[in-house]
Amino acid sequence: MKRFTRIFTVVVFLFLYLPMIVLAVASFNKGSDIGAFTGFTFRQYGELFRDSTLLPLLGNSIIIAVVAALISTILGTMAAVGIHNMRRRPQAMAMALTNIPMTNPDIVTGVSLALLFAFAGVMLRRNSIMGFGTLLIAHITFDMPYVILSVMPKLTQMDPDLEEAALDLGCTPVKAFFRVVIHEIMPGIISGALMAFTMSLDDFVISYFVYGPNFVTLPVEIYNYTKKPLQPKIYALFTLLFLVILLLMVLMNLLQLRDARQRQIRKGGAS
Amino acid sequence: MKNKLLAGPYLLWMVVFTLIPLGIVVYYAFTDSMTGSFTLSNLAKIGIYLPIFFRSIGLAAIACMICLVIGYPVAYCIASVGETWRRFLSMLVMLPMCMSFLLRTLAWVALLEDTGILNHALSLLGIGPLPLVRNNGAVILGMVYNYLPYMITPLYTVILKIDPKLEEAAQDLGCSGAQVFRRVTLPLSIPGIVSGITMVFVPAVSTFYISQKLGGTGTVLIGDVIESQFKTAYNPNLGAALSLILMVMVLICVGVMNHFSSDDIGEEMMPL
Repeated sequence: MKRFTRIFTVVVFLFLYLPMIVLAVASFNKGSDIGAFTGFTFRQYGELFRDSTLLPLLGNSIIIAVVAALISTILGTMAAVGIHNMRRRPQAMAMALTNIPMTNPDIVTGVSLALLFAFAGVMLRRNSIMGFGTLLIAHITFDMPYVILSVMPKLTQMDPDLEEAALDLGCTPVKAFFRVVIHEIMPGIISGALMAFTMSLDDFVISYFVYGPNFVTLPVEIYNYTKKPLQPKIYALFTLLFLVILLLMVLMNLLQLRDARQRQIRKGGAS
Repeated sequence: MKNKLLAGPYLLWMVVFTLIPLGIVVYYAFTDSMTGSFTLSNLAKIGIYLPIFFRSIGLAAIACMICLVIGYPVAYCIASVGETWRRFLSMLVMLPMCMSFLLRTLAWVALLEDTGILNHALSLLGIGPLPLVRNNGAVILGMVYNYLPYMITPLYTVILKIDPKLEEAAQDLGCSGAQVFRRVTLPLSIPGIVSGITMVFVPAVSTFYISQKLGGTGTVLIGDVIESQFKTAYNPNLGAALSLILMVMVLICVGVMNHFSSDDIGEEMMPL
């Protein structure tokens, strides 16, 4: 039985990674047809770096993801602290509000924001206000709930005496927050920020409804691309991104593992 | 503490960019696209789109069940291996979520096409091109493929938290392996199952990209119809009405699902 589940797991992982292998192989293909491998070449990678459209679009995606993640981490952490200190009923209401973008289908969030921005455009007597601003607003809106949901559990787990002790020892509430509370909830803040960043970087559905022609992100362009024949250099970009993300994840894992081991050693030493 | 006010900017933001936009959706759904006067005709058109709604729900529900059946043993296996492997495998589950799902779906088209990789391999065996793409099966495959990690992650998180002592106790009290699973492990994983089903069902039922690329004329989903109302047919009032119906339907489904588990959705999605 155990053996069966292990073999099954390997098969499922192959299923998950099969399309990525196809794309990686296609990036080294001489021919432009993804289905027929005609010969090995690095040409697509050369063309990718000479290309003047794809890389700026990737830049756009990264800019929007970094700025949105940063703002939503700050606002979200503040919100989590605030909501944590609320009474029961307002707290439940605030969490219900947080759950709206989490439960709503992305397409509904996208459509509703598109209608809002169209309405705002009419109010401002502008033809269209779609662009960097609208994209950023949309991304912050769907990023913040992730930050809140990952910071909140850390606040509940935290020993409330810690903050009180800091206050008793003469800290102002602001000082107590930055010297004590923030260290306790840091893992939640970091994982929330990472979550927000990855959600923004790869978002297509919501971005697709609120982007403007003068600020396009990579996923939106890939979608618009796929109506025309696809350029093979995009496979090269995919393969490079895959390697970067894989490297980052392995690195993060090693750091976490080292951290966990150190903590274990410290605990072992104390007892 | 009086730092409740810290939530102020966030709450204001959410009201302006979540509640008000939904209000505008409701407003559009109930107004005429030409005159702007109150009308029920947009919502009345649901009759025409009812088969498409049912198809979306049906395909998403099948995809959900397949994800659960495939995802559970995988999540169980990941939760039962040693720590280093566990971290590595859960990372491998999350990695596809960070890569462009558009390109990964296109890779499936390349795999399944009549002249594609799989049919090419089959023709070497003398089996001749099978119609693998542009049908319901291909759309379900696309959904399962894209959203399987969203099922495995919450399941894994919940299974990992189950105290192995409970399973041992059941064994000591004379349960067979299957009974331990049915009476102890499975009931304790219900929060993960509920959250996994929600995380797969909601994006699957509202997708438009998967059905556009892997489906054909007979597999139009409600997401396709909404998308076309905003991007090509330009009838935002009808699009808003369909979005409203979709949203209410999803809320009912999620509400029914959450009835089985007191946990808030999303909590199991925080494995980092």
